[in-house]
Amino acid sequence: MHIVVCIKQVPDSAQIRIHPVTNTIMRQGVPAIINPFDLFSLEEALRIKDKVGARVTVLTMGPPMAETSLRKALSLGADDAVLLTDRKFAGSDTLATSYALTSAIRKLSEEETVDLVFCGKQTVDGDTAQVGPGIATRLGFQQLTYITKIESIDQGAKEIVVHRRSEGGVQVLKTALPCMITMLEGTNTIRFGKMDDMFRAARYGLKTWNKDTTGAEETKVGLKGSPTVVSKVFVPKPRAQKATMVEAEAPTAEAQAAAAVDAIFGAQPKLADELLARAAAGL
Amino acid sequence: MSEPSKPQGRKFQLPEHLKEYKGIWVIVEQERGSVHSVSWELVGEARKLADKLGVEVGAVVLGADSPELNAICGDAFTYGADVVYKVTDPVLADYRTDPYTRVMTDVVNTYKPEIVLLGATTLGRDLAGAIATTLATGLTADCTELDIYMDNRSLAATRPTFGGTLLCTIQTLAYRPQMATVRPRVMSMPDRDDSRTGRVVEVFPALREDDIITKVLSFIADREQNEAQLAFADIIVAAGKGLGKPENLKLVFDLAKVLGGEVGVTRPLVQAGWTGFDRQVGQTGKTVRPKLYIAAGISGAIQHRVGMEKSDLILAINTDPNAPIFDFAHLGLVGDALTILPALTDAFGKRLSVNRLAG
Repeated sequence: MHIVVCIKQVPDSAQIRIHPVTNTIMRQGVPAIINPFDLFSLEEALRIKDKVGARVTVLTMGPPMAETSLRKALSLGADDAVLLTDRKFAGSDTLATSYALTSAIRKLSEEETVDLVFCGKQTVDGDTAQVGPGIATRLGFQQLTYITKIESIDQGAKEIVVHRRSEGGVQVLKTALPCMITMLEGTNTIRFGKMDDMFRAARYGLKTWNKDTTGAEETKVGLKGSPTVVSKVFVPKPRAQKATMVEAEAPTAEAQAAAAVDAIFGAQPKLADELLARAAAGL
Repeated sequence: MSEPSKPQGRKFQLPEHLKEYKGIWVIVEQERGSVHSVSWELVGEARKLADKLGVEVGAVVLGADSPELNAICGDAFTYGADVVYKVTDPVLADYRTDPYTRVMTDVVNTYKPEIVLLGATTLGRDLAGAIATTLATGLTADCTELDIYMDNRSLAATRPTFGGTLLCTIQTLAYRPQMATVRPRVMSMPDRDDSRTGRVVEVFPALREDDIITKVLSFIADREQNEAQLAFADIIVAAGKGLGKPENLKLVFDLAKVLGGEVGVTRPLVQAGWTGFDRQVGQTGKTVRPKLYIAAGISGAIQHRVGMEKSDLILAINTDPNAPIFDFAHLGLVGDALTILPALTDAFGKRLSVNRLAG
């Protein structure tokens, strides 16, 4: 079984700046980490490897410095790593990104057929949750997002049973490989790397591919291949008014609480009526 | 603070062949006969945008044909739709990405709406990501504000990024439809107008179950799982690190009980294992919009703020008068949540029981 885990290197902190002319995010000087949501998917892939045996390839698209995130993933137990990097990819939105990553997964599949693709639920910088579905759709893989549990996986029958979070509950789904999975956060805990893997990761000759290696068409990547345009980036307006401080008659918790209840009911008379009606109904 | 940069792309003129795309659609999210409230919020929002553009609002209702589905179609009109696209097939009974994507791709290509909106829910984000790919168009995720730039009649979709530290406005210029998912409980719920009606366009996609690889084995409803239902709570009492230790969560549960509300928490509390993820409010948790949000011992970090700042009334209790929560709460109380919470429980309890005796 061949599993590809797509990861993204993201800035570690909120100390980001925006380029004043291009309106794009300036990532320089901000510490970079693997997108935390990706780690739940990486861990799940490694668990499948432990359980039924698999080759786990990590794939990232980004600038050359994203190599450090790939080495981190190798140190945790991934077998192979591909860095997809090309200036032509710069400015790609989610549609163009899923196209570029798909071109790399297709190439990986030529070496050994890819049965499972894992992606993070979303990234912490873009928060779109769109690249995984984009890849699944392009590859024609079954799309399994917001997975809370992989109940079973049968290599022979190429069947997988998963639990998928939906708004009102959990769907138990059975489907056939190949599929694309995004794991919900909190569903597992990323392991610590083994010493052997750490040494191996440090000297591993990872693959560096560009647009031409994967045969991606230039018109479908970068700004050209991106339907969306960022037209404005701005800092949220702070709410003009600060909180009205509740004034109590005495400095006791009782007096403060009584004053707070008055203030709440004063500000929301309707809410007071509703609560009183509920209380009157004995609820 | 940086100055807002100048919006770009307003001068763009739409190519002739894309001008036949008209109208604003909302894909109505229904699972097992009940509609997610975000769908009606979006019909209300679509109404406002459509009136600006002078076009119709279409609501797309997908599912297996049933009386419940017909009722949902009727509801769509009362909330502001002009046309309902009623797409029925037994295969659409439960949500699955593949059949929903196939059908929506066909329906969009046939009727050509200029804007397609979905709720930013697990269903909406799953489906939107797939359809935007098959349609090869632009999709803006998890929006908190929608507007139309009248210069070229394009959708301006605004969304938080980098965990809410920045907002960006995104446009899809040379592609149609323009797609966006919108966070639940950000747009207000429209008032019902039961006198409203409209056209129903019936679509029968003739799907074959044999062609669909993914099967739903079962559905475990949260109602049977005792999970917190924060997204729909009218009153939320929330706790942050200021509560000190897990045992003190009892104080927020007590107050929530008196008020008939739910308990929410900040991310650090979930990470520390005080309670389950289902109670987390904020960027990586739930976005809530209750009538009353009592924040006890919460400093008001941006990651928490984005999940609750749209609450109708926020009361913040914090020992630190300079805590950022006081910058956006409506009411503030400087003091120790550990003593004020039980006092509030008593005060509310008394106030509500006095009335019961009087009534």
